[in-house]
Amino acid sequence: MSTFYFIAFLSIFFSILVISAKNPVHSILYLILTFFTFTIHYILMNAQFLAIVNFIVYMGAILVLFLYTLMLINLNKESEPVKPFMVKIAAVFGGGILAVALVSSLKSLGVSDPVVLKNPELGLVKNLGKVLFHEFLLPFEVSSVLLLSAMVGAVLLATKDPKEPKATI
Amino acid sequence: MESLSNKKKQLKVKPLNFWERAYLPAIVSGLAITMKHFFKKPVTIAYPDVKREFSENYRGLHSLKRDENGAERCTACGLCALSCPAEAITMQAAERQKGEENLYREEKYAAVYEINMLRCIFCGLCEEACPKEAIYLDGDIVQSDYLRKDFIYGKDKLVEAPLNQ
Amino acid sequence: MELADIAIKFGLIIIIFLISLVVAMYSTYAERKIAAFFQDRIGPNRAGPFGILQPLADGAKMFMKEEIIPTNATPFLFIVGPSLAILTACIGSAVIPWGQDLVIGGKVIPLQVTDINVGILYIFGVVSLGVYGVMIGGWASNNKYSLLGAIRAASQNISYEISMGLSIIALLLVTGTLSLGEIAQQQHGWHWNVIYQPVGFILFLVCAFAETNRTPFDLPECETELVGGYHTEYSSMKLGFYLFAEYINMFISSAVMATLYWGGYNYPGMDWVTAHVGPVIGPLIGTAVFFVKIFGFIFFFMWVRWTIPRFRYDQLMDLGWKILIPLAIANIVVTGIVITLFN
Repeated sequence: MSTFYFIAFLSIFFSILVISAKNPVHSILYLILTFFTFTIHYILMNAQFLAIVNFIVYMGAILVLFLYTLMLINLNKESEPVKPFMVKIAAVFGGGILAVALVSSLKSLGVSDPVVLKNPELGLVKNLGKVLFHEFLLPFEVSSVLLLSAMVGAVLLATKDPKEPKATI
Repeated sequence: MESLSNKKKQLKVKPLNFWERAYLPAIVSGLAITMKHFFKKPVTIAYPDVKREFSENYRGLHSLKRDENGAERCTACGLCALSCPAEAITMQAAERQKGEENLYREEKYAAVYEINMLRCIFCGLCEEACPKEAIYLDGDIVQSDYLRKDFIYGKDKLVEAPLNQ
Repeated sequence: MELADIAIKFGLIIIIFLISLVVAMYSTYAERKIAAFFQDRIGPNRAGPFGILQPLADGAKMFMKEEIIPTNATPFLFIVGPSLAILTACIGSAVIPWGQDLVIGGKVIPLQVTDINVGILYIFGVVSLGVYGVMIGGWASNNKYSLLGAIRAASQNISYEISMGLSIIALLLVTGTLSLGEIAQQQHGWHWNVIYQPVGFILFLVCAFAETNRTPFDLPECETELVGGYHTEYSSMKLGFYLFAEYINMFISSAVMATLYWGGYNYPGMDWVTAHVGPVIGPLIGTAVFFVKIFGFIFFFMWVRWTIPRFRYDQLMDLGWKILIPLAIANIVVTGIVITLFN
């Protein structure tokens, strides 16, 4: 349990750093660390597959793309737009209201019981596969078709239109 | 335009066929070529340990020759310095004293004789200009060094070793 | 877990770590020597007999060099970059089965640090993490060449990870497990996966070249265009770490390829050999065979490097997205159809 609290503390600490870091690249790096602590959370819950997928997809792919985009755009101090004073006031006001709403909604909930898994082996690949391909077959297939079509779309975008005259090399 | 030599050829870039576009066959043939070289004898030599033989007319480090009695042939006439296109040669003449007949053949000799090896282009004109057959470029490759001043070779490095030593 | 078990595990980790470092060290020597042989030269022969001490001399040189951190660099990230590169390169070896279980005095010693049941995915995750070292180092250098190298590394790794993953999926259809230990066991004798998955193997091989940034895919450090790519600004041992990480990556990916496709520690007639030489020497022979396979792959990496020139960047992307991915998907479909028809 103490491990959980330590990791949970790290997650919150790094996520605060994500929003407070001045340099956007630094904040992405903190985000990577935050996701890494999430991976450890998954491992603590014995969900190895989910942990490793979180590791590969979020840390390994999506955040690399984030970093990639941030490196490409020019992030000088001068190019940063200066927000007018009124906008800042409005932002503080809006954020405060959101915080009040969140706190009040959390207060209305009772203290939750600690989650106890009925089957501690649930997160292993074999069980996860059985669940996915029996109980949740339709949503799983639909989402996989969605992803596949996105991939085919990406390949199509990459191939040139054959009708267009070829650029002479 | 009309070709005058009738050798003009119109080249056409053919689109690659499937076999050529598949990359892999070309890569495999390339790998085969490099593998053939893997087992070939090296063409290089480990230079300072092993030296290649120079050709007959190779021009290397200069040497100031002695005559059959072991006396220096150079008489400091300065023709070599005059003929040198790179102006690499400089010398100071001195008169031969009594009792030095076995050291210097002529009555005038070069007290200082310096060749700047950084300037020398090893053209061999000094060799041709010399009336006394005193300088020949029959030595080795000039050694590398760290300082510019060490490339100015004096008589200590240029004069041939005495006969009976 | 008993104390003895922990000690054995610890010893195994140390041994594997040392082996990967020594292999990486001598890969640098092998690379120079092999390059020389391919080009009809002799190669390094000054330090020790046949230049065998060359890696030590190189290492000493790396340590002695002046350490330079550019004025406008981000110092912390500048140091984190190479550290991360070598860290991610080293942790990949944890799930590779180096040999069959040793039985010494009734005690079973597994020659695998940990057999987690998502072994392949773990390797995959570590590989995908490897690009951070390059990206962070390239960005922190505050140099345009470095940044371009880092960006190239990022897009190249992500593009080739997809087809690598797809080629692994076809392999998983055949093996039915994600654990590397089990995959190695299944290929007992000569039932190597490369016989069932030749296309998958070629796809994986090409992607391994791209993921380890080896020629012909070494665009991130392309000397002709980017000076030194992501390690333009690096000097001393930090540069050494980047170069070292590349060789460790090569070693690990060779080991992974040997395990996944070329039977790992299995070789034809291994039962007969084990029955004759006993249960201690037998598995060790298997480990030796495994290392022979790994060195074969490392040699192949170098062979290709000194044969094929570098790809152009658009050719690289074309190959990744338009050829490898459709081919990998077709491979999955065909494998699936064949498995359903014959089982």
